[in-house]
Amino acid sequence: MSFISLLWVLLLGSLLGLELIGKVPPTLHTPLMSGANAISGITMLAALTLIVKAEGNVPLLIIGSVSLGFALFNVVGGFFVTDRMLAMFSRKPSNKK
Amino acid sequence: MNLPVIIKFVIDLLAVLLLALGIKGLSKVKSARDANRLAAFAMSLSVVGLLFYYLGTSGIAIQSWIWIIIGSIIGSLFGAILAKKVPMTSMPETVALFNGCGGMSSLLVALGVAIFPISNSVENLDFFKSLINEVSISVSIFVGAITFTGSIVAMAKLQGWLSTPGWTQSKVRHFVNIVFAVASLIAFFDLINGNTSSIWLLVIVSSLLGIGVTLPIGGADMPVVISLLNSYSGIAAAAAGFVVDSQLLIVAGAMVGAAGLILTQVMCKGMNRSLVSVLFGGSLSAQSTASSGSGEYTNITSCSVEECALTLEAANKVIIVPGYGLAVAQAQHTLREVTKKLEQNGIEVVYAIHPVAGRMPGHMNVLLAEADVPYEQLREMDVVNPDFPATDVVLVLGANDVVNPQAKNDSSSPLYGMPVLDVQEARTVFVIKRGMSAGYSGIKNDLFDLPNTSMVFGDAKKVLNDLIGELKDLGVGEK
Repeated sequence: MSFISLLWVLLLGSLLGLELIGKVPPTLHTPLMSGANAISGITMLAALTLIVKAEGNVPLLIIGSVSLGFALFNVVGGFFVTDRMLAMFSRKPSNKK
Repeated sequence: MNLPVIIKFVIDLLAVLLLALGIKGLSKVKSARDANRLAAFAMSLSVVGLLFYYLGTSGIAIQSWIWIIIGSIIGSLFGAILAKKVPMTSMPETVALFNGCGGMSSLLVALGVAIFPISNSVENLDFFKSLINEVSISVSIFVGAITFTGSIVAMAKLQGWLSTPGWTQSKVRHFVNIVFAVASLIAFFDLINGNTSSIWLLVIVSSLLGIGVTLPIGGADMPVVISLLNSYSGIAAAAAGFVVDSQLLIVAGAMVGAAGLILTQVMCKGMNRSLVSVLFGGSLSAQSTASSGSGEYTNITSCSVEECALTLEAANKVIIVPGYGLAVAQAQHTLREVTKKLEQNGIEVVYAIHPVAGRMPGHMNVLLAEADVPYEQLREMDVVNPDFPATDVVLVLGANDVVNPQAKNDSSSPLYGMPVLDVQEARTVFVIKRGMSAGYSGIKNDLFDLPNTSMVFGDAKKVLNDLIGELKDLGVGEK
């Protein structure tokens, strides 16, 4: 990928994010923040790339592995905690009667 | 293009689509939970796509597999355990912690690539490409480090492990932070010039900058900072995407970065603060004690829990205004007990939710949902405001600035223009509060002086417990 096309990707991704999130009710701000936060753990892909391309370089493997750990902590924890919050909203209608 | 490349391309495209749909779905109550799972699925899909790609092209060494598995298991396990165990009231610091770790991950990736250049990407780099490479590494390190240390400081402050040191409230802090910022800039250009050793200087000074910027910020402004740092971690991920040449990372990072910015903006608006004053103003109370605006209370009516219970019993319509103090006292379950009793007596109860009630926007909704409050009883500010004149009793629990009539009446007030709940329109207002201290804006609340307002002094949880007792004595909700 050329640098310029990556810049296009960056620009369009930002615009997409602005557009998607423009109209959220305040109720969902906390879950949304936590869900978006989980998505920012996408750096786990970069960590994976690092490990795969390390080619036996042990310090690099360790750095990649620690980085992967941090990213997955963010991803797994973020999604679980968001699910826990949202579960509280969604069980309401059935509880009503 | 061979097959693995094409498949990875398709999977990446699909993952981006699903992530976008996930974020969109998170904006509606009905679809939010499924949307969150959809986003989680998209993330797993992207991992599978990447692994498949490497299996099909360069292959993955056994040694790499071992380190992948070690890192994944440890990270996921701790993340899952923390997510399951943490109480709902400490959600802001939990998000901060997760966020900091995301930043740390980006930082480490960039550091790894900088110290041990990935073999096949470096050999055939022309000058322009290697410049871009260095810039993206520097940005990733800079933003990643700020995100990490800033988030950890935010978490520690919210947990109460760290207080605001005195010097950070003086002008000195601006000088210190400027020094850090300039040092980062020097390290940044030195690094681009090819001096690899300055990478450590960059790591250190940007970490210090993260601490220096976050430390002076008061506890009540912290959610804004967390939201901003959340945005940064997206930017850090996008920068890491430039480092390893991944469009998926760039798109996802950019989306999160934009999302965080919007949320930050919303929070600032709700608190009538600008982002600049949050970041550079220090804690607001320190300033406004000096400015006038405060003044003395002249007409405070205080009353007992018993009187409050009697008035509640006679009411037809009650509006509850929950705030930060309720979250701190963890009294949402006790509150639910009280409202249950009132409802059993045929009294209409709704909750007025100010956009920034609780410790983060939407946090109060989560807390009340946890205490089994039906979603239909939660009313947003614009919906509930016209109802106050027809309301008999308003219970204000741990909210302060969001019910201050000054924001509407007094154009000289720092709060002027902030959207507030018009509780003073109701017949009787009870404010349950520990003492006469001001809200975090440090501004006198004119509501307390009004003739139809009575103060019930005490800890929210204790007052509510007493209230349950009194209501029981009155035979409310005994059927």
